[in-house]
Amino acid sequence: METTTGTFAVKKGLAQMLKGGVIMDVVTPAQAKIAEEAGACAVMALERVPADIRAQGGVARMSDPELIIGIKEAVSIPVMAKCRIGHFVEAQILESLKIDYIDESEVLTPADEEHHILKHNFTVPFVCGCRNLGEALRRIGEGAAMMRTKGEAGTGDVVEAVRHARTVLGEIRRLQNMPEEELMAFAKTIGAPYELVKETRDLGRLPVVNFAAGGIATPADAALMMQLGVDGVFVGSGIFKSGDPAKRAAAIVKATTHFRDAAILAEVSKNLGEPMVGRNISQMPEGEKIAGRGW
Amino acid sequence: MKIGVLALQGDFSEHIVMLRRIGIESSEVRLPAHLEGLNGLIMPGGESTTIGKLAVAFGLIEPLREFGKSRAIWGTCAGAIFLSKDAKRDQPLLSLMDITVERNAFGAQVDSFEADLEIDALKEATGSNNPYHAVFIRAPIIESVRGAARVLSALPDGRIVAAQENKLLATSFHPELTNDSRFHEYFLAMCR
Repeated sequence: METTTGTFAVKKGLAQMLKGGVIMDVVTPAQAKIAEEAGACAVMALERVPADIRAQGGVARMSDPELIIGIKEAVSIPVMAKCRIGHFVEAQILESLKIDYIDESEVLTPADEEHHILKHNFTVPFVCGCRNLGEALRRIGEGAAMMRTKGEAGTGDVVEAVRHARTVLGEIRRLQNMPEEELMAFAKTIGAPYELVKETRDLGRLPVVNFAAGGIATPADAALMMQLGVDGVFVGSGIFKSGDPAKRAAAIVKATTHFRDAAILAEVSKNLGEPMVGRNISQMPEGEKIAGRGW
Repeated sequence: MKIGVLALQGDFSEHIVMLRRIGIESSEVRLPAHLEGLNGLIMPGGESTTIGKLAVAFGLIEPLREFGKSRAIWGTCAGAIFLSKDAKRDQPLLSLMDITVERNAFGAQVDSFEADLEIDALKEATGSNNPYHAVFIRAPIIESVRGAARVLSALPDGRIVAAQENKLLATSFHPELTNDSRFHEYFLAMCR
């Protein structure tokens, strides 16, 4: 029997299995176990959560393979890991570790300020961030099998996640109402491959699964993003920088499933302890923002 | 005919799209009350631990077991694990179907694959002789079947990837990720 691995269908397929779920940032095997126990559909293995990367500054790179392997051994759910934008060697290393998904992430310091990784060259699938439809379709054009609308990671402020989800989903709605002869000019304007613009219009959604990320800190934040129309959520610093990570993690998982049921959302939001402290983005200097990384 | 799709987590909307395509009404099941009036239930792919924990948290385990005593249930991938009596580790299961499954039996995501299967039961039921193109994503295998459970499909090396026990159906792969509706039609016949 002939079998084929690494097809776009199986890359995109794993993201489809994550839908309706919560992917949690973890920095130790113990945290990974807490995340799995709380019902996470996957974990993101990294050395420092975005809030600490912000606080400590310096160059943020791919995590130590030893740490990633330790986390992989601790859980049965998929494990993702981040590489720097354009750093295809970090990606090769992560692929050799048999990581389940690579996040080519603006949370780390970019290695290339012009080019992203050619993700079609890999068997392992990639997820990338986007702020608008053009950025999303450029990443998919390079081979990304999953997208996440960017928020401002490590702030606990959901405003940027909302802005970018609204932008991407709004542009898709606009695209659907556009006469076909205007698609080429639209593709040119947003800097996206024409074929993917056309496919998005026909589907009425991005051609791959699209999660929200960055600044999600409460069950209500997760449900807000779901009601806006994303397929699932990433929660970074919001869980393990809060007072009671296990409880908050389980509550965000429940809120992501029952995102339209306000009574359940009220119930799961009770007595979660201290949320992460958070930083108000409107008072943040432009130079400190990371969502703008990506080209 | 109305089919429910367990919508706790996973690719439930892909099943709903496929059912709509073949003209079947469906609804999302997140709470026990949503099982009312259904002729059958599909449990999608996703993470079986996540689905199991949410089913426990929202009181779905016993209602689903009751449902499965008289009506048809089909589990794809994570859904098949959830349907089984034994997943060889400690996680919530419906324990309805007399099969043992092994999770992630093919390895990591880089080992996920597509392959053409020859499935006699499907050929007989649908009258189509084309091979079945199956998509395996971090897939489980059905390690063994017991009692009334029988093998529907196995890989050339003998590993079981589809099984049926009366009105219960389990597949390691994802018919909802293809354009081929034969497996959905096969399941609908079980619901009638």
